[in-house]
Amino acid sequence: MSTTDNTESLVQLHNAGLREQGRWRVRGISLRVRAGEIVTLIGPNGSGKSTTAKLALGLLTPSEGRAERRPGLRVGYVPQALAIDAAMPMSVDRFMRLSNRLDENTLVEALESTGVANLRHEPVTALSGGQYQRVLIARAIAREPDLLVLDEPVQGVDLPGEAALYQLIADIRRERGCGVLMISHDLHVVMAATDQVVCLNGHVCCHGAPRAVAEDPAYQALYGKLSPALAVYTHHHDHEHLPDGSVRQIDNNASPGCGHDHG
Amino acid sequence: MDDFFVRALLAAGGIALVAAPLGCFIVWRRMAYFGDTLAHSSLLGVALSLAADVPLIPAVFTVSLAVALTLVVLQRREWVSTDALLGLLSHASLAIGLVVFALLERPSAYLAEMLLGDILTVSQRDIVLIFSVALAVAVVLLLAWRPLIAMTVNHDLAEAEGQNPVLAHVLLVVMMAAVIAVAIQIVGVLLITAMLIIPAVTARRFAARPETMVLFAVGFAVLATQVGLWGSLQWDTPSGPSIVVASLAVFLVSLAVSRGRHA
Repeated sequence: MSTTDNTESLVQLHNAGLREQGRWRVRGISLRVRAGEIVTLIGPNGSGKSTTAKLALGLLTPSEGRAERRPGLRVGYVPQALAIDAAMPMSVDRFMRLSNRLDENTLVEALESTGVANLRHEPVTALSGGQYQRVLIARAIAREPDLLVLDEPVQGVDLPGEAALYQLIADIRRERGCGVLMISHDLHVVMAATDQVVCLNGHVCCHGAPRAVAEDPAYQALYGKLSPALAVYTHHHDHEHLPDGSVRQIDNNASPGCGHDHG
Repeated sequence: MDDFFVRALLAAGGIALVAAPLGCFIVWRRMAYFGDTLAHSSLLGVALSLAADVPLIPAVFTVSLAVALTLVVLQRREWVSTDALLGLLSHASLAIGLVVFALLERPSAYLAEMLLGDILTVSQRDIVLIFSVALAVAVVLLLAWRPLIAMTVNHDLAEAEGQNPVLAHVLLVVMMAAVIAVAIQIVGVLLITAMLIIPAVTARRFAARPETMVLFAVGFAVLATQVGLWGSLQWDTPSGPSIVVASLAVFLVSLAVSRGRHA
């Protein structure tokens, strides 16, 4: 994987914080997404995952610290909640072309890759939650972005579909070399397809390669403290899902680049 | 046909051409109360133009725009709900307008004209002004169409994907203030929002894309103004309410037609 230090940095937060109504929503966030790299933000509800993604996207301006984006960066974004008013007639086809022109092939390919090409002429408001997420992901991909920002991209998608979509995201990263900043509330699901994990709880509680984070006492304390059941579930899967070889490989690749003191 | 009536038909038709697309945005973005606020503040503009002896349309435009931009700024502070802010600005400007009117000691017929619209008041200069404004609004709509629609669907998504939703919003507000300023003589303060909204609502059932909805709305709006003005002349009724009644009639007929089609 191409996570060496000389790979181009797409977006970077330097000790960024956001203060709203006298309260720090997040503080001291540093992270970097490079081309060809998948960075996953995890953390419990209210831990500032979406806020961090919005800081990275420039939708929110940090109250302290800095956010840097490569000039001319082309972004594909799947926001967490995107309700379209029923008063607005909007077919899937028209929705795909919302922010840019699209040629026929790109449009169809993107919809096919997420398995919703048959819904092309349906009104967006008639889609189920899972179908809508697939359309949102297809939109983001069709823009041929340098950076994909996916906020809980598989919410409402059925389990087999979930795995297929994560595989798709990993494939797109490999084929196109784009960077991916992804939000998930659960580490074990995204573990296999991610290079860097940043665990948030208002601040960065730990980060590094997926296994390093999973074994970090701060991560275990956070998930253990918040939900013992989830912690057991997560850790159970950590060990099941990671054959030794692949774990070592991720670890070796990530540690020189990330330079933090895990594991 | 009398000259004044031809002028009124032309003026109302020109207004309908651009009022209808803006009405679609009001419906999509749930800005009906905002439209009312602009209309109410336009009465303040009328009163001030009389008091200061300046031309009516520029005065109304300036006051409506000032109120609209005040609202845009206050909204960003989020210390009180938009609904409450609108209530404050809408009724405060209406009240001040009425007080100034009373102080000027004009005949009450003039106030009624401003509230309900009057087709006798349209001059040749007004026609030129109306069509200039209509042309300018049409050009802005065409140039800014993609960001306007993208912003209407989702502010964050539009911004992340390289559009400028804040500029689009300001443009929308400026266009609304302009159209309300030129429409007030014919439609009147009370019912201007209805003239904007009803054709858009009528068009909703006929459209699968926002662009189609706008085209239908323009057609319905032009039809309603012509029929309404004809009724106004025929039965000597005020032009604003007559146009809105005609608009409602078009809506009811369209309802019956689309019911019939589905049955």
